[in-house]
Amino acid sequence: MKRPTLQASRRPRTGDAILWLATGLATLLVLAVLAIILFDVIRNGTQKLTLGFLTKAPAEGMTAGGIFPAIIGTVELVILMTLAALPAGVATAIYLHEYADPMGIPTRIVRIAVNNLAGVPSIVFGLFGLGFFVQFAGGGIDKLFYGGAKVYGQPALIWAALTMAVLTLPVVIVATEEALSAVPRDVRLASAALGATKFQTIVRVVLPQAVPGILTGAILAISRGAGEVAPILFTGAAYFLPSLPHTFHDQFMQLGYHVYVLATQSPDVDATRPLLYATVLVLLALTFALNASAIVVRSRMRRRFSGAHS
Amino acid sequence: MNMQVAQETAEAATGSLSVGKLAVFYGDKKAMGPVDMEIPGRKVTALIGPSGCGKSTFLRSLNRMNEMITGCRVEGDVKLDAEPIYGPGVDAVAVRRRIGMVFQKSNPFPKSIYENVAYGLRIGGVNDRSELSGRVEQALEHAALWDEVKDRLHESALGLSGGQQQRLCIARALAVEPEVILMDEPASALDPIATARIEELIHELARDYTVVIVTHNMQQAARVSHHTAFFYMGDLIEFDRTDVIFTKPRQQKTEDYITGRFG
Repeated sequence: MKRPTLQASRRPRTGDAILWLATGLATLLVLAVLAIILFDVIRNGTQKLTLGFLTKAPAEGMTAGGIFPAIIGTVELVILMTLAALPAGVATAIYLHEYADPMGIPTRIVRIAVNNLAGVPSIVFGLFGLGFFVQFAGGGIDKLFYGGAKVYGQPALIWAALTMAVLTLPVVIVATEEALSAVPRDVRLASAALGATKFQTIVRVVLPQAVPGILTGAILAISRGAGEVAPILFTGAAYFLPSLPHTFHDQFMQLGYHVYVLATQSPDVDATRPLLYATVLVLLALTFALNASAIVVRSRMRRRFSGAHS
Repeated sequence: MNMQVAQETAEAATGSLSVGKLAVFYGDKKAMGPVDMEIPGRKVTALIGPSGCGKSTFLRSLNRMNEMITGCRVEGDVKLDAEPIYGPGVDAVAVRRRIGMVFQKSNPFPKSIYENVAYGLRIGGVNDRSELSGRVEQALEHAALWDEVKDRLHESALGLSGGQQQRLCIARALAVEPEVILMDEPASALDPIATARIEELIHELARDYTVVIVTHNMQQAARVSHHTAFFYMGDLIEFDRTDVIFTKPRQQKTEDYITGRFG
């Protein structure tokens, strides 16, 4: 019988080669698409991207001026949305993961609901927001407090933010639940053995360890919120506003919607095109910046007690 | 209260555990018991036996940690200095503050060394800075870790070696000043030198605490404990002074296990 050799076989391993090629090409494709988008947007977007563009309102029927109100509107929308979605999502995830009976019927129903919520098209959320928030909730508030005058019962910043919050809720819930599952059982037991109540264990041990994961959920929610347009179409976004939103019940301009407006409603397409590119560039930069800052926060938190000596 | 009872109570207040007909079930399946056992206060009691014999289950039922496992049910009772820990209205959280636990795998929190030890105190409502730092130091001294960590109290506990982490977990348990410390194979994941330090420490602890330790290592049981209980197939086979168990056990099964004929 021939002894097996330790020499590398001269025959190439075809399986490996094919898989290497296929996975490599797929990766390249992803990179190429991103590169093309970025290249196109940056090349065409930078020429109009001046300080004035960032700090002025649109002028002359969207063929001149800047996008300042849309930037402010987007930031306000995202902040309000996060303030609404994060507590509700985190609380839901804590309930599902820490308190609810995992096999119980109610838990399963909530889980199915969350999964289905994630699958609802965003335009449906827009209609839901119009029906539920604007007309039902807003109209109700008007009837109760404003004697039927239209104050809250019309598309507004607050309703758009809440609609967006509902849309991003599943992302936050799923990410938080994953973060909670990743906290080792060991430390929960250690906490219990020291006489901690379940509440103390959750607040002092589980949540601090889950924060990086929860922030991941927030990142995903924010980048979705900054880019989505459909949910705010009927719930608060405005085509053009002469002034910035001052209250929760004002309408607002938003970058994504502004891109749509510039692309479809301009009286002079050629004059608008450079502005459109610059707006897209700002939208991309804003989303990237939001993501990057959250990633920095997350990695700092991870490093803090990762075992490395600081 | 008559004199005799008063005297008995005073004598009993040493962290002794009295186990009566204790049986533990996982779902419908009985995992252990019924067991009767008098664990003396301020002594080290070792629980030995082959894997799956119920000794860890028994240990966890002594401070109601088994309640963290879904489907786990307990019958019978355990008394800490004559106080029933499974009695009606008894809070498992309060039980665990008086009967602490150290686990097989060291499980420090991803916090600083100081915050690990202070944890039990903080959740118990101690907020005074000087009291906290005094008790943290005391606990670390007690766990023979102070000299090694006193200059790095505010660094992450996860940067400590395995043996140091386990002693930190012991310090953390000591900080809340329990009467009993349960240890579930506390040295099984450690090297011989770290193990020797833990064993030395266990011996020291018996001056102030009742220690109940589960171990797979019979030499360890012989070295550290005053009393040894041998569990087999969920039953307590024999419980006696350690020297008796290891030199002239009364039960054939105990002898077979001690001499390595099975297990």
